[in-house]
Amino acid sequence: MVKEEQEESPNRPDNTAFTQQRLPAWQPILSASIVIPMFVLIGAAFIGVGVALFIASRDIQLQELDYTGDDSAHPCYKCRSSTEKCTCSMTFSIPNLFKGPVFFYYGLTNYFQNQRKYGASKDDNQLYGDLDYFKDPSSSCDPYTRDSRNIPIVPCGALANSMFNDTFSLSHVVNGTQKIVPLNGKGIAWWTDYNVKFRNPSVTPLINAFNGTKKPTNWPKPIYELDTTDVYNNGFINQDFLVWMRRAALPDFRKLYRRITHDDYVNGLPAGNYTLTIEYNYPVYSFNGRKKVVLSNVSWMGGKNDFLGIAYIVVGSMCVVMSIVMLIVYAKFKFAEDD
Amino acid sequence: MERFHWVRHRCRQLLSVDSERGWYSPPDGFPSKSSLQRVSGKRRTVLARHGPHQQEYEAVSRKYKGNGIRTTKYSLLTFIPMNLFQQFHRSLHRFANVYFIFLATLNFIPIVEAFQPEVSLIPILLVLLVTAVKDIFEDHRRFKSDRLINNLLCQVYCSKQKSYVDRCWSDVRVGDFVRLSCNEIIPADLLLLYSSDPRGVCYIETANLDGETNLKQRQVVSDSSLQGSDFTPESFHSRIECENPNNDLNRFKGYIEHSGEARVGLHSSNLLLRSCTIRNTETVVGIVVYAGHETKAMMNNSGPRYKRSQLEKRLNTDVLWCVALLIVMCLTAAVGHGLWVKNYRHSVFQVDGEISPALAGFYVFWTMIIVLQVLIPISLYVSIEIVKLGQIYFIHNDLDFYNEQLDSRIQCRALNITEDLGQIQYLFSDKTGTLTENKMVFRRCSIYGVEYPHVENGVISGMSLPPVGERLLLGKSMSCRSLSCNRSSVSLHTLTAESPEEEDQLSNHAAARTGAFCSRMAKDVVPDPELVRKLNSLCSSTLRLRDSSTESLSTLELTYITDFFLALAICNSVVVSSPSQPRHVVPEAQAPLKSLEEIKLMFQRLNFYSFSTPQIKGSPRSFTSKLFTRGKTGSFNFNTPPSNSIDGSDLALDTSQETYVQSDEDSDDELLYEAESPDEAALVHAARAYHCTLRGRSAKSLLVDLPGIGSLVVQLLHILPFDSNRKRMSVVVRHPLTGQVVVYTKGADSVIMDLAEKRRGSEQAQEIYKHIRQQTQKHLDMYAREGLRTLCIAKKILEEDEYEVWLKRQLLAESSIENQEELMLDSAERLENDLTLLGCTGIVDRLQEDVPETIEALQEAGIKVWVLTGDKQETAVNIANACKLLLSNDRLLTANCGSKDACAALLEELLIEVRREEDGEESSLHSTSNFILVIDGRTLEWALQDELKASFLELSCKCKAVICCRSTPLQKSQVVQLIRDKIGVMTLAVGDGANDVSMIQVADVGIGISGQEGMQAVMSSDFAISRFKHLKKLLLVHGHWCYHRLANMILYFIYKNVMYVNLLFWYQFFCGFSGSVMINSWVLILFNLVFTSVPPLIYGILDRDMPADTLMKLPELYGAGGTTKIYIPATFWITILDAFYQSVVCFFVPYFALAGSDVGILSFGSPINTSALFIILLHQVIESNTLTWIHMLVLLLSTILYFGFVLIYSAFCVVCSHPTNLFRVETVQMSQPLFYIICALTTFIALLPRY
Repeated sequence: MVKEEQEESPNRPDNTAFTQQRLPAWQPILSASIVIPMFVLIGAAFIGVGVALFIASRDIQLQELDYTGDDSAHPCYKCRSSTEKCTCSMTFSIPNLFKGPVFFYYGLTNYFQNQRKYGASKDDNQLYGDLDYFKDPSSSCDPYTRDSRNIPIVPCGALANSMFNDTFSLSHVVNGTQKIVPLNGKGIAWWTDYNVKFRNPSVTPLINAFNGTKKPTNWPKPIYELDTTDVYNNGFINQDFLVWMRRAALPDFRKLYRRITHDDYVNGLPAGNYTLTIEYNYPVYSFNGRKKVVLSNVSWMGGKNDFLGIAYIVVGSMCVVMSIVMLIVYAKFKFAEDD
Repeated sequence: MERFHWVRHRCRQLLSVDSERGWYSPPDGFPSKSSLQRVSGKRRTVLARHGPHQQEYEAVSRKYKGNGIRTTKYSLLTFIPMNLFQQFHRSLHRFANVYFIFLATLNFIPIVEAFQPEVSLIPILLVLLVTAVKDIFEDHRRFKSDRLINNLLCQVYCSKQKSYVDRCWSDVRVGDFVRLSCNEIIPADLLLLYSSDPRGVCYIETANLDGETNLKQRQVVSDSSLQGSDFTPESFHSRIECENPNNDLNRFKGYIEHSGEARVGLHSSNLLLRSCTIRNTETVVGIVVYAGHETKAMMNNSGPRYKRSQLEKRLNTDVLWCVALLIVMCLTAAVGHGLWVKNYRHSVFQVDGEISPALAGFYVFWTMIIVLQVLIPISLYVSIEIVKLGQIYFIHNDLDFYNEQLDSRIQCRALNITEDLGQIQYLFSDKTGTLTENKMVFRRCSIYGVEYPHVENGVISGMSLPPVGERLLLGKSMSCRSLSCNRSSVSLHTLTAESPEEEDQLSNHAAARTGAFCSRMAKDVVPDPELVRKLNSLCSSTLRLRDSSTESLSTLELTYITDFFLALAICNSVVVSSPSQPRHVVPEAQAPLKSLEEIKLMFQRLNFYSFSTPQIKGSPRSFTSKLFTRGKTGSFNFNTPPSNSIDGSDLALDTSQETYVQSDEDSDDELLYEAESPDEAALVHAARAYHCTLRGRSAKSLLVDLPGIGSLVVQLLHILPFDSNRKRMSVVVRHPLTGQVVVYTKGADSVIMDLAEKRRGSEQAQEIYKHIRQQTQKHLDMYAREGLRTLCIAKKILEEDEYEVWLKRQLLAESSIENQEELMLDSAERLENDLTLLGCTGIVDRLQEDVPETIEALQEAGIKVWVLTGDKQETAVNIANACKLLLSNDRLLTANCGSKDACAALLEELLIEVRREEDGEESSLHSTSNFILVIDGRTLEWALQDELKASFLELSCKCKAVICCRSTPLQKSQVVQLIRDKIGVMTLAVGDGANDVSMIQVADVGIGISGQEGMQAVMSSDFAISRFKHLKKLLLVHGHWCYHRLANMILYFIYKNVMYVNLLFWYQFFCGFSGSVMINSWVLILFNLVFTSVPPLIYGILDRDMPADTLMKLPELYGAGGTTKIYIPATFWITILDAFYQSVVCFFVPYFALAGSDVGILSFGSPINTSALFIILLHQVIESNTLTWIHMLVLLLSTILYFGFVLIYSAFCVVCSHPTNLFRVETVQMSQPLFYIICALTTFIALLPRY
């Protein structure tokens, strides 16, 4: 027999586990004895995570201030249709210490930053500081590539053009006097956006780079004057600009405006009354949008969101319940068999 | 290269047409015009390339193709355009590719573009690339084999060196002289001009062409001027006119015209076909008439077949559903976007607020088609092809389909109907060669109305045999085995042959172990002792009669017996060769052992004594008298004393059988018989067992050993070959002893019995003859009942003048060109009448091993098995019984009728009977009898007519099985077609012979059995197996698996696409239906094409829902019953719903987790995409029935590839992929715990219902 095997014809198929389809296989058969403990384990794990998430979410403090001003009683109502520079203030109180670091967001609703054409309407190369694209911006910016006199717009595109331009200041009412809460505008954008993706052209002074270009039509001042005080926060690498340029995923969104990390407010906002002063510029009434300011602190899991915690707990409990039901069925079945 | 050749030829031709008239003066009075017409008309002219007609040769031959072949589709230069064209042309892909192109162009329209134009080209490019790689691979294989063939060497005459030189096949041109030696392969279609054989014949084996391994004789062009030992190409001045190339292997017409205006007709017997092998002939020379692609072999060469499988047809409707779904989704988006634009017309984020909402909606519709394009599972078509290749690979490599004896495995010729194997509902089987071995064994015979049961033949297996028998058996089985080994070695698809020694060893081994295997002793016959005794008495009768030991054995009977065996030995077209000397070594004129005269003397003496017996006295026209009265040379010499030599021989013959056999063994072992049909071989072997041995054959004579006489040269006058109309064949020989012209005829009993009805002669002789006929008929009926194949043997003695008359007509018929066939038939019929019935034979065709088990299993699997055979009803029923198609309690419904009305009435009657039985069954519920319908060819013909179709169908549907006997090939295919079309079921036809070809082609799945009857069935089949029993595993295991795998794979594929696309769709509700995506476009496109494309393939190739042995043991699990069908509309929609659910979970869990936060658009997409990957992969893990390390590896690789890609891409690509620049999104995301928390939850919830 050995000899025969040696002299096997090359036409004979190989007798291997692979060619004969005899590979050892694991068949995922779900027997009760595996499923029930597995479900219990998974359920327990999910409940554990869920509780942790829930607690984390519960601990997050959140203060939302809607300043759209569509209500005539609202202090900002006057600014709603004003074309002039308009400022309004809102007061609010914080009952107990708002733990720091506090994040200061502005929020918009019904605002479709994720619209396809809107989102596409920018020129990454221009924003990367490539001067060629200053003179000849990408056509993706249409119809905000050039102005009516065919002068290129920098930064071009709808996205930049519609940049949010309300400004806020927060003051703490201490013994009747307004104490300005220092707002930290550094590091609110992504590190990579600030350092890699967006660049000012290496021309000094910066303004020279923009010769022969126009500012976006909606903008009150050109990009190189966004922050004249800090050269590292000006032009394309202005933090507010960067934050705006990173598009929100959903129509109701908030964006980080500042962080409160300085002075007396390192540990958070103490309880008390506060005044929010808003320089109201950005129009939202044309699309029924709302504007708000959100103060929040964050945990390891991000901002306040009860959904995840609850979902985890629900799913975890479902697993446990199911495993119990299965156990009962299994037990009955087994007893019936035993009988 | 061929292309350029062609162009060059073409140019030269164009140039020379004009110039020709100027300088070209045709020799031999051939006007140039007519020669041109010949070229362009339906004929071709062939001239010697290096002959005197050089110029004419150039003119005439430039259109003819060279002998180089190119079966590749592409060359290096033409690959890209040709392949693209092919791909768009191929029906399977056409839709897919057009769709891709449509999408790609759509994406180049700026107003609707969704991704960058480059990105949208990726799918089409990738699909084209994969297909192109597949094509390159296949083409390269063809290229290599072409090169191998083109570079084979052959000897071609070179005029410069005045000798034959080695040249590549590809350099051979029309008009070249090619010299071939024995066992060489013919490089092109040659006209045989010279053969070393003195009779001017040469033998070829056409196995490479049609798989027939018997030798065929070819004749040198019948022209004395060419034949002769000193044929030189230089002296060839003739012109050959023949037909244009065609693919009819058996047709070749033309004539050869010598300088002296003498025309000689050419036939297909003058043509040596390319790729056949020269056998038994030392040297042949031929002139090339067709070369390369114009040869008959190449023109018959058609590629693999493309059939559309049932599943694919269903799939197409589902793809249309997907299209519908896509349109609905896009319409939703379009309407939504229109409304949205209307509401937010003047908002700050509105890019072009001027556009009207309706138009915006219209644009978005197209944009959405691009975004959701993945919904149409286009890459599925490529995937299916790949999966099927994988499945084919496994089927091809299954060790259970390997046949050791033939060294052959299953051949998968159709590559895309694997899953149809799992859906067969009706199986149509041929009988002979399919259910049976088609190895005929002589089983019994009846001579002179006396039956010789050959008991030992029947019980041979398992019984302990006498030593002689065993030795005989062993030796014979050895030779027989090496014969069959010979066969396999030359069959088309076996590349290497086992060495004969090994084979012998094997058979020795087997024989020693079990005594004998049925299959190994196919051609062994143990002689019937009674018949041996009688035959011996023939030899020794002289002595016995002298001793006046009167036996009951009449001389008439003896003559019958002798004639019978002589007929068995010579009435055939068997070619004799011997394995040790492959060339035709049995010399025709080998000196007989004894001088002819002596034998004659002996015979005459015997005859003399016979004459003296009273029984025959007074019957002048009795056989013996006729046989010997007109000896050509011999005259009666009553007084010749017995010579010494005769005494010696008598003594030798008188010794025991054992020594006889032994001596026979020594001399006979070398002989191999190669017969056209196995029946013939069986008969020749049978004759040999009785020492009537056919020793050699040449065109004009046969060399036969006769018992007690020795070798005789029988002058062969004519062979009237077998044809299915006459159902018989005859040889006309001049009797070696009497010199009379004798016709021996062998044929189907029905025909011969009719022809042998009347008998001239005295009353007594007529009486005897009538008795013989009756007895023989009785025996024939008995044989048929036993399931034996019956043949009748008859003879006729022609008077010299009678023969002359016939000969004239026959020659006329042979030489006529127009209605040659009719005339030949006519001539044959004039000869084959007034026959004298000698006897009949019963040949058993053993069932193949495991046939009953296989049929039983197939029936259990819900497959209806029909047997369609050309055999007699009794034989068919008998075989059905033997293979358990027919059980003892089944009720047989027989339909034989003579007219259409009778047929209608009968069908109605049977139907009523069956219905009544059914009603009864319903009420009583205990009857287990099933109906088996047996219908004969004539009745079937009427039943297949339009009016009766319906009732025939209804009747046959109610029957468990149907046996159609005496059916023609056309009827076979009609039956299959009827069932397939009217009932709408999957049909499978299995057969082995040329008569099954049409049936095999009509059926959904055609299976050829590569057996003894040539390759036609195999060539037209989708799968070719070597044994019937292989069907069981092929259908029950591979069919089941392939169907399950493919169906599951398709469903999974659709699920995957729907699930993924819906994620994008849900997002549209949050982005104003603007066609925005939250996933990078590259990732989006590659997700389906790369990251999740391999796992479904592996799933489709490797999944096993049930182990093979379970499937073999429980045929009920086979899918044809309908209960286990997977791919039906319900499952499709369930899959779609499941996909919807999962996509909802996969989108909305992250949505709720991130709603209201400052999440960016791509950061939002990241967990969704990652969860989708996990869900899709884990979904497969759950769906898979088996997981091997390959699955694991592929799943792991998919995951790694995905993460690797997105991480690297997001880490380095700063400004690319606008507007979905992924820069650092993923790296940031994956550093946050929230990402994993979301992914875990999403995946778990999505897959929870699966548990």
